[in-house]
Amino acid sequence: MPFITRLFIKSALLYFVAALIAALTLALNPLLALPGFVTALSPVYFHLLMVGWVTQLIMGVAYWMFPKFTREKPRGYTWLIWATFLLLNSGLLLRVVAEPMRVLQSTAWWGWLLALSALLQWLAGLAFVANCWPRIKER
Amino acid sequence: MPRLSCWFIRAALIYLTLGFTFGALLLWNKGVPLYPMLWRLLPIHIEFLLLGWTVQLAFGIAFWILPRFQAARGNVALAWLTFGLFNIGVWLAAAGSLIDPTGWLLLLGRMSETAAVLAFVRHAWPRVKAPGV
Repeated sequence: MPFITRLFIKSALLYFVAALIAALTLALNPLLALPGFVTALSPVYFHLLMVGWVTQLIMGVAYWMFPKFTREKPRGYTWLIWATFLLLNSGLLLRVVAEPMRVLQSTAWWGWLLALSALLQWLAGLAFVANCWPRIKER
Repeated sequence: MPRLSCWFIRAALIYLTLGFTFGALLLWNKGVPLYPMLWRLLPIHIEFLLLGWTVQLAFGIAFWILPRFQAARGNVALAWLTFGLFNIGVWLAAAGSLIDPTGWLLLLGRMSETAAVLAFVRHAWPRVKAPGV
Protein backbone atom coordinates (compact mmCIF):
# COMPACT_ATOMS: atom_id res chain seq x y z
CA MET A 1 0.00 0.00 0.00
CA PRO A 2 1.58 3.38 -0.98
CA PHE A 3 2.52 5.81 1.80
CA ILE A 4 0.01 8.44 0.68
CA THR A 5 -2.78 5.82 0.74
CA ARG A 6 -1.88 4.99 4.33
CA LEU A 7 -2.07 8.69 5.15
CA PHE A 8 -5.49 8.99 3.48
CA ILE A 9 -6.89 5.95 5.29
CA LYS A 10 -5.50 6.78 8.74
CA SER A 11 -6.73 10.39 8.39
CA ALA A 12 -10.11 9.04 7.30
CA LEU A 13 -10.28 6.85 10.41
CA LEU A 14 -9.49 9.83 12.64
CA TYR A 15 -12.21 11.88 10.94
CA PHE A 16 -14.63 8.99 11.46
CA VAL A 17 -14.01 9.15 15.21
CA ALA A 18 -14.21 12.97 15.19
CA ALA A 19 -17.52 12.82 13.27
CA LEU A 20 -19.07 10.51 15.81
CA ILE A 21 -17.83 12.69 18.70
CA ALA A 22 -19.47 15.67 16.97
CA ALA A 23 -22.68 13.63 16.60
CA LEU A 24 -22.54 12.69 20.27
CA THR A 25 -22.04 16.33 21.26
CA LEU A 26 -25.03 17.35 19.12
CA ALA A 27 -27.17 14.68 20.77
CA LEU A 28 -26.13 15.85 24.25
CA ASN A 29 -26.82 19.51 23.47
CA PRO A 30 -30.57 19.57 24.27
CA LEU A 31 -29.98 17.66 27.50
CA LEU A 32 -27.00 19.58 28.90
CA ALA A 33 -27.43 23.09 27.37
CA LEU A 34 -23.89 23.16 25.96
CA PRO A 35 -22.28 26.42 24.66
CA GLY A 36 -23.87 28.17 21.66
CA PHE A 37 -21.30 27.16 19.08
CA VAL A 38 -22.39 23.51 19.44
CA THR A 39 -25.50 24.24 17.33
CA ALA A 40 -23.13 25.06 14.42
CA LEU A 41 -21.64 21.58 14.63
CA SER A 42 -24.40 20.01 12.55
CA PRO A 43 -22.85 20.77 9.11
CA VAL A 44 -19.41 20.13 10.59
CA TYR A 45 -20.52 16.66 11.71
CA PHE A 46 -21.96 15.82 8.31
CA HIS A 47 -18.86 16.97 6.43
CA LEU A 48 -16.48 15.22 8.82
CA LEU A 49 -18.39 12.05 7.98
CA MET A 50 -18.88 12.47 4.23
CA VAL A 51 -15.71 14.36 3.24
CA GLY A 52 -13.28 13.41 6.01
CA TRP A 53 -14.26 9.76 6.29
CA VAL A 54 -16.11 8.49 3.18
CA THR A 55 -14.57 10.62 0.40
CA GLN A 56 -11.06 10.53 1.84
CA LEU A 57 -11.20 6.73 2.22
CA ILE A 58 -12.37 6.41 -1.40
CA MET A 59 -9.58 8.72 -2.61
CA GLY A 60 -6.87 6.74 -0.81
CA VAL A 61 -8.11 3.36 -2.00
CA ALA A 62 -8.76 4.57 -5.58
CA TYR A 63 -5.18 5.90 -5.82
CA TRP A 64 -3.93 2.51 -4.67
CA MET A 65 -6.20 0.13 -6.61
CA PHE A 66 -7.31 1.78 -9.87
CA PRO A 67 -5.72 0.58 -13.13
CA LYS A 68 -2.19 1.80 -13.80
CA PHE A 69 -1.75 5.06 -15.72
CA THR A 70 1.50 4.21 -17.56
CA ARG A 71 4.51 1.99 -16.87
CA GLU A 72 6.58 5.06 -15.90
CA LYS A 73 3.84 6.70 -13.83
CA PRO A 74 1.69 3.80 -12.62
CA ARG A 75 -0.44 5.88 -10.28
CA GLY A 76 -0.43 9.13 -12.24
CA TYR A 77 1.14 12.34 -11.00
CA THR A 78 2.37 12.08 -7.40
CA TRP A 79 2.17 15.84 -6.86
CA LEU A 80 -1.53 15.83 -7.75
CA ILE A 81 -2.42 13.23 -5.12
CA TRP A 82 -0.30 15.04 -2.51
CA ALA A 83 -2.06 18.28 -3.47
CA THR A 84 -5.40 16.48 -3.05
CA PHE A 85 -4.47 15.28 0.43
CA LEU A 86 -3.10 18.60 1.67
CA LEU A 87 -5.84 20.76 0.15
CA LEU A 88 -8.68 18.52 1.33
CA ASN A 89 -7.42 18.25 4.89
CA SER A 90 -6.41 21.89 5.31
CA GLY A 91 -9.79 22.94 3.87
CA LEU A 92 -11.80 20.59 6.05
CA LEU A 93 -9.89 21.44 9.26
CA LEU A 94 -10.33 25.14 8.50
CA ARG A 95 -14.07 24.57 8.20
CA VAL A 96 -14.19 22.63 11.48
CA VAL A 97 -12.69 25.66 13.26
CA ALA A 98 -14.20 28.55 11.28
CA GLU A 99 -17.82 27.42 11.12
CA PRO A 100 -18.46 27.25 14.88
CA MET A 101 -16.23 30.30 15.51
CA ARG A 102 -18.36 32.32 13.10
CA VAL A 103 -21.31 31.70 15.43
CA LEU A 104 -19.35 32.89 18.47
CA GLN A 105 -17.79 35.94 16.81
CA SER A 106 -19.55 37.30 13.73
CA THR A 107 -16.48 39.11 12.37
CA ALA A 108 -15.64 39.14 8.66
CA TRP A 109 -12.38 37.31 9.43
CA TRP A 110 -14.11 33.97 10.13
CA GLY A 111 -16.29 34.38 7.06
CA TRP A 112 -13.22 34.78 4.86
CA LEU A 113 -11.62 31.70 6.44
CA LEU A 114 -14.78 29.79 5.56
CA ALA A 115 -14.48 31.02 1.98
CA LEU A 116 -10.83 29.94 1.92
CA SER A 117 -11.90 26.51 3.21
CA ALA A 118 -14.37 26.27 0.31
CA LEU A 119 -11.64 27.12 -2.20
CA LEU A 120 -9.16 24.61 -0.75
CA GLN A 121 -11.66 21.72 -0.76
CA TRP A 122 -12.82 22.55 -4.29
CA LEU A 123 -9.22 22.52 -5.55
CA ALA A 124 -8.70 19.17 -3.78
CA GLY A 125 -11.66 17.71 -5.68
CA LEU A 126 -10.30 18.99 -8.99
CA ALA A 127 -6.81 17.63 -8.29
CA PHE A 128 -8.20 14.19 -7.43
CA VAL A 129 -10.36 14.04 -10.57
CA ALA A 130 -7.45 15.22 -12.75
CA ASN A 131 -5.21 12.42 -11.46
CA CYS A 132 -7.90 9.74 -11.41
CA TRP A 133 -9.58 10.33 -14.77
CA PRO A 134 -6.82 8.96 -17.07
CA ARG A 135 -6.60 5.79 -14.96
CA ILE A 136 -10.25 4.86 -15.67
CA LYS A 137 -9.74 2.71 -18.73
CA GLU A 138 -10.81 -0.60 -20.19
CA ARG A 139 -8.43 -3.49 -20.17
CA MET B 1 -11.76 -2.65 -15.79
CA PRO B 2 -14.93 -3.44 -17.79
CA ARG B 3 -16.48 -0.76 -20.02
CA LEU B 4 -19.56 -0.29 -17.82
CA SER B 5 -17.39 0.28 -14.74
CA CYS B 6 -15.54 2.98 -16.69
CA TRP B 7 -18.89 4.64 -17.41
CA PHE B 8 -20.05 4.39 -13.79
CA ILE B 9 -16.77 5.70 -12.38
CA ARG B 10 -16.35 8.51 -14.90
CA ALA B 11 -19.93 9.61 -14.26
CA ALA B 12 -19.20 9.47 -10.50
CA LEU B 13 -16.14 11.70 -11.01
CA ILE B 14 -18.25 14.21 -12.95
CA TYR B 15 -20.76 14.30 -10.08
CA LEU B 16 -17.87 14.72 -7.63
CA THR B 17 -16.65 17.74 -9.60
CA LEU B 18 -20.13 19.28 -9.82
CA GLY B 19 -21.00 18.44 -6.21
CA PHE B 20 -17.76 19.92 -4.88
CA THR B 21 -18.28 23.02 -7.05
CA PHE B 22 -21.80 23.59 -5.69
CA GLY B 23 -20.57 22.82 -2.17
CA ALA B 24 -17.74 25.33 -2.49
CA LEU B 25 -20.18 27.99 -3.73
CA LEU B 26 -22.51 27.26 -0.80
CA LEU B 27 -19.72 27.40 1.78
CA TRP B 28 -18.19 30.54 0.27
CA ASN B 29 -21.64 32.14 0.26
CA LYS B 30 -22.05 31.21 3.92
CA GLY B 31 -18.78 32.93 4.87
CA VAL B 32 -18.80 35.80 2.38
CA PRO B 33 -22.28 36.33 0.87
CA LEU B 34 -22.30 36.30 -2.93
CA TYR B 35 -25.93 35.83 -3.93
CA PRO B 36 -28.86 34.82 -1.66
CA MET B 37 -30.40 32.37 -4.15
CA LEU B 38 -27.27 30.19 -4.07
CA TRP B 39 -28.85 28.38 -1.09
CA ARG B 40 -31.19 26.68 -3.55
CA LEU B 41 -28.20 24.60 -4.71
CA LEU B 42 -28.11 22.72 -1.38
CA PRO B 43 -30.39 19.79 -2.39
CA ILE B 44 -28.47 19.39 -5.67
CA HIS B 45 -25.14 19.44 -3.80
CA ILE B 46 -26.45 16.64 -1.56
CA GLU B 47 -28.01 14.65 -4.43
CA PHE B 48 -24.87 14.78 -6.58
CA LEU B 49 -22.48 13.82 -3.80
CA LEU B 50 -24.50 11.21 -1.91
CA LEU B 51 -26.04 9.45 -4.90
CA GLY B 52 -24.19 10.63 -8.02
CA TRP B 53 -20.72 10.27 -6.50
CA THR B 54 -20.68 7.71 -3.68
CA VAL B 55 -23.51 5.35 -4.68
CA GLN B 56 -22.57 5.39 -8.36
CA LEU B 57 -18.92 4.71 -7.56
CA ALA B 58 -20.04 1.72 -5.48
CA PHE B 59 -22.06 0.42 -8.48
CA GLY B 60 -19.02 0.75 -10.74
CA ILE B 61 -16.60 -0.93 -8.37
CA ALA B 62 -19.07 -3.72 -7.50
CA PHE B 63 -19.70 -4.46 -11.19
CA TRP B 64 -15.92 -4.70 -11.65
CA ILE B 65 -14.87 -6.80 -8.65
CA LEU B 66 -17.79 -9.01 -7.60
CA PRO B 67 -17.16 -12.71 -8.39
CA ARG B 68 -17.82 -13.75 -11.99
CA PHE B 69 -19.34 -16.83 -13.64
CA GLN B 70 -16.32 -18.29 -15.52
CA ALA B 71 -15.37 -15.06 -17.29
CA ALA B 72 -18.87 -13.53 -17.52
CA ARG B 73 -20.45 -10.97 -15.25
CA GLY B 74 -24.00 -12.32 -15.41
CA ASN B 75 -26.88 -10.20 -16.69
CA VAL B 76 -24.93 -7.20 -17.96
CA ALA B 77 -28.05 -5.66 -19.56
CA LEU B 78 -29.51 -5.15 -16.08
CA ALA B 79 -26.35 -3.35 -14.98
CA TRP B 80 -26.52 -1.06 -18.04
CA LEU B 81 -30.18 -0.43 -17.20
CA THR B 82 -29.04 0.56 -13.71
CA PHE B 83 -26.61 3.07 -15.19
CA GLY B 84 -29.27 4.68 -17.40
CA LEU B 85 -32.11 4.77 -14.87
CA PHE B 86 -29.91 5.92 -12.02
CA ASN B 87 -28.48 8.89 -13.90
CA ILE B 88 -31.87 9.92 -15.25
CA GLY B 89 -33.14 9.70 -11.66
CA VAL B 90 -30.35 11.83 -10.21
CA TRP B 91 -30.90 14.59 -12.79
CA LEU B 92 -34.70 14.51 -12.42
CA ALA B 93 -34.44 14.69 -8.63
CA ALA B 94 -31.88 17.51 -8.86
CA ALA B 95 -33.98 19.46 -11.37
CA GLY B 96 -37.11 18.81 -9.32
CA SER B 97 -35.58 20.28 -6.19
CA LEU B 98 -34.53 23.39 -8.13
CA ILE B 99 -37.36 24.21 -10.53
CA ASP B 100 -40.46 22.17 -9.69
CA PRO B 101 -42.37 23.25 -6.55
CA THR B 102 -45.10 20.63 -7.21
CA GLY B 103 -42.75 17.77 -6.35
CA TRP B 104 -43.58 15.66 -9.42
CA LEU B 105 -40.08 15.78 -10.92
CA LEU B 106 -38.57 14.78 -7.59
CA LEU B 107 -41.01 11.86 -7.36
CA LEU B 108 -40.17 10.74 -10.91
CA GLY B 109 -36.48 10.99 -10.07
CA ARG B 110 -36.87 8.88 -6.97
CA MET B 111 -38.91 6.30 -8.95
CA SER B 112 -36.16 6.08 -11.56
CA GLU B 113 -33.48 5.72 -8.86
CA THR B 114 -35.50 3.01 -7.11
CA ALA B 115 -35.91 1.09 -10.36
CA ALA B 116 -32.16 1.43 -10.95
CA VAL B 117 -31.38 0.04 -7.51
CA LEU B 118 -33.79 -2.89 -8.04
CA ALA B 119 -32.11 -3.65 -11.38
CA PHE B 120 -28.70 -3.54 -9.73
CA VAL B 121 -29.77 -5.83 -6.88
CA ARG B 122 -31.17 -8.27 -9.45
CA HIS B 123 -27.86 -8.14 -11.34
CA ALA B 124 -25.56 -8.41 -8.31
CA TRP B 125 -27.44 -10.95 -6.17
CA PRO B 126 -26.27 -14.12 -8.01
CA ARG B 127 -22.69 -12.81 -8.13
CA VAL B 128 -22.46 -12.79 -4.35
CA LYS B 129 -21.39 -16.42 -4.09
CA ALA B 130 -18.76 -18.80 -2.80
CA PRO B 131 -15.69 -19.49 -5.00
CA GLY B 132 -16.26 -22.06 -7.75
CA VAL B 133 -20.07 -21.92 -7.60
